[in-house]
Amino acid sequence: MDFHLTKEQQMLRKMYREFAENEVKPLAEEIDEEERFPMETVEKMAKLGMMGIYFPKEYGGAGGDVLSYAMCVEELAKVCGTTAVIVSAHTSLCCAPIFEHGTEEQKQKYLPDLLSGRKIGAFGLTEPGAGTDASGQQTTAVLEGDHYVLNGSKCFITNGNVADTFVVFAMTDKKAGNHGISAFIVERDFPGFSQGKHEKKMGIRGSSTCDLIFEDCIVPKENLLGKEGKGFKIAMQTLDGGRIGIASQALGLAEGAIDEAVKYTKERVQFGRRLSQFQNTQFQLADMACRTQAAQHLVYAAAMAKENHESYSEKAAMAKLFAAETASDVTRRAVQLFGGYGYTREYPVERMMRDAKITEIYEGTSEVQRMVIAKYLGVN
Amino acid sequence: MKIIVCVKQVPDTSGKVAVNPDGTLDRASMQTITNPDDLNAVEAALKLKDETGCKVVVVTMGPPPAEGMLREILARGADEAVLVSAREFGGSDTYATSQILASAINRIGLEQDDVVMCGRQAIDGDTAQVGPQIAEKLHLPQVTYAAEIHKAGNAITVKRMLEDGYMTIKVKTPCLLTCIKELNEPRYMSVSGVFEAYSKPMEVFSYETLKDDPLIDPTTIGLKGSPTNILTSFTPPLKGAGVMLEGADKETCDKLAGLLAKKHII
Repeated sequence: MDFHLTKEQQMLRKMYREFAENEVKPLAEEIDEEERFPMETVEKMAKLGMMGIYFPKEYGGAGGDVLSYAMCVEELAKVCGTTAVIVSAHTSLCCAPIFEHGTEEQKQKYLPDLLSGRKIGAFGLTEPGAGTDASGQQTTAVLEGDHYVLNGSKCFITNGNVADTFVVFAMTDKKAGNHGISAFIVERDFPGFSQGKHEKKMGIRGSSTCDLIFEDCIVPKENLLGKEGKGFKIAMQTLDGGRIGIASQALGLAEGAIDEAVKYTKERVQFGRRLSQFQNTQFQLADMACRTQAAQHLVYAAAMAKENHESYSEKAAMAKLFAAETASDVTRRAVQLFGGYGYTREYPVERMMRDAKITEIYEGTSEVQRMVIAKYLGVN
Repeated sequence: MKIIVCVKQVPDTSGKVAVNPDGTLDRASMQTITNPDDLNAVEAALKLKDETGCKVVVVTMGPPPAEGMLREILARGADEAVLVSAREFGGSDTYATSQILASAINRIGLEQDDVVMCGRQAIDGDTAQVGPQIAEKLHLPQVTYAAEIHKAGNAITVKRMLEDGYMTIKVKTPCLLTCIKELNEPRYMSVSGVFEAYSKPMEVFSYETLKDDPLIDPTTIGLKGSPTNILTSFTPPLKGAGVMLEGADKETCDKLAGLLAKKHII
């Protein structure tokens, strides 16, 4: 057991922090207010290798490790939940399944552009009728000669309006249920593929979220990802990894809210004393810091397990469940410590509280995480 | 062609500053950063590397932990690093420091189209003397306060900042330039740069390595070899309570001007 970061990880933490402070924080309020995707930030992150951190250099990645990636999402989320999820969805949900399940040709074709950040990735699984019950897929894919024809739609797709490359799931055999789902790599300009309008969300408002629409969409046969019928397994494995990303985002949001609350309570004076001198403030902050530290250990342990190719499904579920609920709790308490000012958009804590809520819902709700954990315990 | 950049690890003066009983800075107890002007020099060198593919070698004199700073600069894109480190070098003033750094540069070797770059000044000592002194010891032409740098063959054109304007100077290589923050925006480390930083070459020059250089003489290095010595260091007195002057007439204005002049503020 070693709780020390490597020299490289410490150096990266410093680099992420500098980047987040100088490039991400100044835009956070504006992109939230205007619901604007921060493309300029993505271009800067791409140059620094932040869009392909834990993938090998031979495919255009930065040659890092999973914890270095989790720390990146964490540091970004400290100042901007939106920027954090852009990196997380791109990396965990699009690059990872292509890297883990793609053929050599598919990897050569898609990974260099994705990992270098020249192209943005997204993941299309959820449908209006298939959320938590992901097996209820209605989108169909029919093989016709050298291509599949996709029909149906997806909803709530992160990076949906800006992505170039999508990993999409569809039924190739409706009678086979879970075993009838297949995964495909879909490019933005495939005929019959289009995106719906930007969803208006409560939080992570700069992140692009939209419907994907398939109307006799032509997908070349060689873009089948993995084998026919293995799509559900690919989706579940992908989400296991994605949950480390979202857990990191939740962790960062909690840490960012604590940073803000510490700073504010040391300045604000009531009854002739700084808020930080009242024991209620101290106890609140102590509880917030304690929960957040516990969340960090769960998140890092899950990232290390994935890095070491150990089973990490339950670890990722625990990390996401605990970190997300911590983020919601800690950001809500931070708003309370700010008092009336915390409820205004002049201060960042209300944005953090709005951003935190989604971490309990996407990439598997907290209830789904409990289902995964219960199954691991054998109580199903 | 190569560029040798001299950098210094300095205390983060936005934090607490601690002083040893002998008046020198207690570097061990403070958070450290790379001197900001030096990062501008590094960036200028890396830009020339982007344009010409030249090699960038970064040099620092300091205690062993300064290696961490050198690795960070390798992670930004520098090719090689040299740490000049020995007890004999400790306590050096600017004369001794430039003596030692010049010998280190001699050891690395300067060729016809090479350039040495330094920051304008370090935020701890604030002297701005080391760069020009290195140039003198190496008999190199120098241009200080570089705000723009262009290289064409063996000539470099430098836009040099003055108090009330700029002058453009053309200088032949090898030469030494000191860089100011107006020159550029230093780049970040990159993720792959961080993972490469520990496999890039890094050498330590000890007293043994440099002792045969004519510049290195026990009487010209370290605390003993420094012509200047710090007699005392102290924290400037805190400002007293503010004074309010009341009135909206010329007399009050004159009084205010008199007070400010007395404190050398105007």
